[in-house]
Amino acid sequence: MNRKGKLFRTLGVTSVAAASMMMMATSSGAASSSSIAKGQPVKIGISLSLSGDFSADGQAFAQGYKLWAADVNAAGGLLGHKVVLDIKSDASSPTQVVTNYKTLISVDHVNLTFGPFSTLLTLPSAQTVNRYGYAMIEGAGGGPSIFQAGLKNVFDVTLPVAYDLAPFTKWVTSLPAGTRPKTIAYATSNDPFTQPVVQTAQKLIGSKIKTVYNKVFPAELTDFTAIADAVAASKAQVVVLGSVDVPTVAAFMQAFQQAHYTPKAFIATAGPDQGATFVKAVGAANANGMMVPNSWFGGSKNPSSVKMVASYIKKYGGTAAGVNADVAEAYSVGQVMAQAVTATKGFDNKKIIAYLHSGVTLNSVQGAVKFDALGQNLAQTAYTFQWQGAKFVQVNPVGDPGSVKVLYPKPAWGK
Amino acid sequence: MNSTALIHAIIDGVLTGSVYALMATGLTLIFGVMDIINVAQGILVILGAYLSYALSAHFGIDLFVGLAITIPTLFVVGIVVERLFLARLKGPERTAMSILVTYAISLVIEGALNMIFSVNPVQLHAWYVNQSFGIFGIYIAYIYVFGFLLAAGLLAALYVMLYRTRFGASIRASLADQTAAALIGIDVKRVATICFGIGVAVTAAGGMVYGATNTFNASTSYDLISRLLVIIVLGGMGSLGGALLAGILMVTLEDIVAVAWSPVWSQISFFVVLVIVLSLRPQGLFGKQSARVA
Repeated sequence: MNRKGKLFRTLGVTSVAAASMMMMATSSGAASSSSIAKGQPVKIGISLSLSGDFSADGQAFAQGYKLWAADVNAAGGLLGHKVVLDIKSDASSPTQVVTNYKTLISVDHVNLTFGPFSTLLTLPSAQTVNRYGYAMIEGAGGGPSIFQAGLKNVFDVTLPVAYDLAPFTKWVTSLPAGTRPKTIAYATSNDPFTQPVVQTAQKLIGSKIKTVYNKVFPAELTDFTAIADAVAASKAQVVVLGSVDVPTVAAFMQAFQQAHYTPKAFIATAGPDQGATFVKAVGAANANGMMVPNSWFGGSKNPSSVKMVASYIKKYGGTAAGVNADVAEAYSVGQVMAQAVTATKGFDNKKIIAYLHSGVTLNSVQGAVKFDALGQNLAQTAYTFQWQGAKFVQVNPVGDPGSVKVLYPKPAWGK
Repeated sequence: MNSTALIHAIIDGVLTGSVYALMATGLTLIFGVMDIINVAQGILVILGAYLSYALSAHFGIDLFVGLAITIPTLFVVGIVVERLFLARLKGPERTAMSILVTYAISLVIEGALNMIFSVNPVQLHAWYVNQSFGIFGIYIAYIYVFGFLLAAGLLAALYVMLYRTRFGASIRASLADQTAAALIGIDVKRVATICFGIGVAVTAAGGMVYGATNTFNASTSYDLISRLLVIIVLGGMGSLGGALLAGILMVTLEDIVAVAWSPVWSQISFFVVLVIVLSLRPQGLFGKQSARVA
């Protein structure tokens, strides 16, 4: 055999050996996760955006997960095992989040995994943990791309986002002809979470309200002045903003105020649901009348939610209206996992996945949870919330016992 | 296309672009004199914004008045950083090493800001932040006008210092050729230290205006530094005039494309211009070939 041939054979043997070792490491890592010795903690691996674009949401998610872990441990843990959270920061990067879950499973040997923040990061995360046979229960990956990926291990405890704006569109199109807005503007970030929401709203509204502005802007954009000014120049009576964070909404609000333009209704897909963070950034007076879709708010009468909110205020301070909806989403993830672990009497991810696909109805602070074959939770109701003074209240669906009258038209900025 | 919206976009672009130019001027000055690529410039802008926030929220000091405190403070921060970390960089790898060192500094400052102020986004508030005045049917925000005047004033002061003072002559000599400057008796190290201080000090003003026109947290620095680096590459690394022109060109072009065509293409269009310019002039609009080689 010549020298080149030897080299190739050596490389081949090395590759096979390395691959075998990796497979052994992977399978042993997954196997070790299903049984935990008595007295040992159950380790839950999570990647969160503690810095970067999603850092505010990531920190709120961390609060929710930690709050759940503290409550569970205070009640004796999961099947008697203390819950330990292994949280790694992904800096809001879809690349880093993959590295983090690989490390959590194959190096840290966590028993279970919880999801990160955003559809953008959840998809690569779910694909990664799926390769190791882990279930990924998550609360902020509700974009259609998650459920179109054909994964069997992903479970979103929150209502899928596509129909988030359905109650709002129904309300606005059913207003009496005299008060119904005549024109509408759509501006959305090209994000896998926001675009499906806004596109569905456009379909539902159709030609019932004339579209005078409809643009998509890059998710990386930081200067929104020109776009916001263009929306203001359109004089649309309703603005639907596809946003993922507070800075985007705040930028549009500021530009509208500078342009002396107040739409009759202004709804953003995310941002106003961030409680005290949103109010602090935009000012309490400016928040008045701002609307946002969601499936939970701090004033929810769900007993489980009331208990969580009390626990949150005791731990972090503030008011019920100031509790970020991300906290409830994260807390719900923990609750669903706890019920699955209890029902399957262990930490076997295969059994947990099968159980969650069994059609069982579970409970969370956000309401009922029942997964379909794609991992979507269709048991919840979409709501619209609005800031009315210092209160964050439910306004849609109209006729729901928890809904109050919509503040319409929206008061002028600062009023 | 609505001509009023287009005119508005141009006005917005020029006013906002001047502030980016101010921030980028510090970056290009530092590179021109020291051959250092300060990737911490973005987080220093945010540090300036947070200093203004602290003075405004906790002591009720007006944002512009507060600059009398924040500009000297950041000048001192710049001097300290240069003396402690950058002055030690020697040899042919100095420029490459400066990227790593300033990135490390950036991470430390980011971590500290997150600990002190949390990651929740904040914005600077003052009466002129949300108010505007009308002219020919267009509303122009006071903060953008004030920011433009501040940037123009500081850039003019920088110009006077560079072209009308003895120290400015030393800086220009160092910009042109450090070895020759040292040979004629200029203390190049001292010039470099002060230049770094000045380059960082201008971030106080840029940060204040940025914080008044945008919601920010420490992570915002990543978006900022990428834009600032692009500006100085287009303008020509080491060229103050180039930074000014490129800053205004970048934001104005983006705003025009966003209004006249689509926001999706706004940033791409600028990069198309950047590629075309660099294909024709690899040294940027006003850069000198030697500056890139250095």
